[in-house]
Amino acid sequence: MQLDFSNNYFELFELQSVFNIEVSELDQRFQQLQRVLHPDKFASASDAERRWSVQAASRVNEAYQTLKQPLKRANYLLELQGLMLNEETDTQMDPMFLMEQMELREALGDVESSSDPYAALDKVGVQLNSQINDSADAFLASATSEDWPQARTVVRQWQFLEKLRQETKSLEARLDDAEG
Amino acid sequence: MAYSDKVLDHYENPRNVGTLDKDDPNVGTGMVGAPACGDVMRLQIKVSDDGIIEDAKFKTYGCGSAIASSSLVTEMVKGKTLAEVEAIKNMDIVEELALPPVKIHCSVLAEDAIAAALADIKAKREAAVKATA
Repeated sequence: MQLDFSNNYFELFELQSVFNIEVSELDQRFQQLQRVLHPDKFASASDAERRWSVQAASRVNEAYQTLKQPLKRANYLLELQGLMLNEETDTQMDPMFLMEQMELREALGDVESSSDPYAALDKVGVQLNSQINDSADAFLASATSEDWPQARTVVRQWQFLEKLRQETKSLEARLDDAEG
Repeated sequence: MAYSDKVLDHYENPRNVGTLDKDDPNVGTGMVGAPACGDVMRLQIKVSDDGIIEDAKFKTYGCGSAIASSSLVTEMVKGKTLAEVEAIKNMDIVEELALPPVKIHCSVLAEDAIAAALADIKAKREAAVKATA
């Protein structure tokens, strides 16, 4: 089979390089490629072919994980535009946004000591999910109009939201553990 | 990854955690964030009329090194003049805390927080001068 490693991740799955892909198509094509590249299919192949199949499978996996998750997909689209997020040295962000992030993190910090932790957690979660949805919409709008600087700003903010979402998840797990 | 003793000390006993009134004309507030790790840092300085930093507070949501960097910075800036504080560089923090290369960005964040707090107090003072002129 042919698998062109110079293709970008979208092309690998025969998808357009856009943010709003059909995730069901991605899933479907991923499964097709996985079947084709399954080690069983290469049991009697030459060493070179087997090596190739392992490399190809790992590339396909990496591509799938990147495109499956909306934030990673957005990040990858920026990368294709040659835009580096320059994450570690560029710390200037909209102060209002950071203030809001500070408040959300403070609210999350108060969850465990509140009288109804689940309700408090839920409140943070609802606000967070709505902001993440807004980020996805804003990214789609700026990517579609090819306003890449704006798309980059959106992704930079989105990363804070995603981090906090992971923290709400682990807090929820901790609450569940304490309960059970 | 092992943290140095100094990082652990600041992490376990952070100095000067808290808030100063951001609307106080003598308080400069610096808010910075690191998108890569989602860390958020707020550094506040209270500056006397003759330009000496009397008090400093911080609040940081992030890893141990980010918390230690900002805690250390609050200690470093107290009693210094604005010009002296401006001269603090991230490598001073790296050396003091023995931060490993992968955590140098935490010290950059702290340096940027100082710069942002200084910019805020300068902007406030210029606005005050204009208002009286």
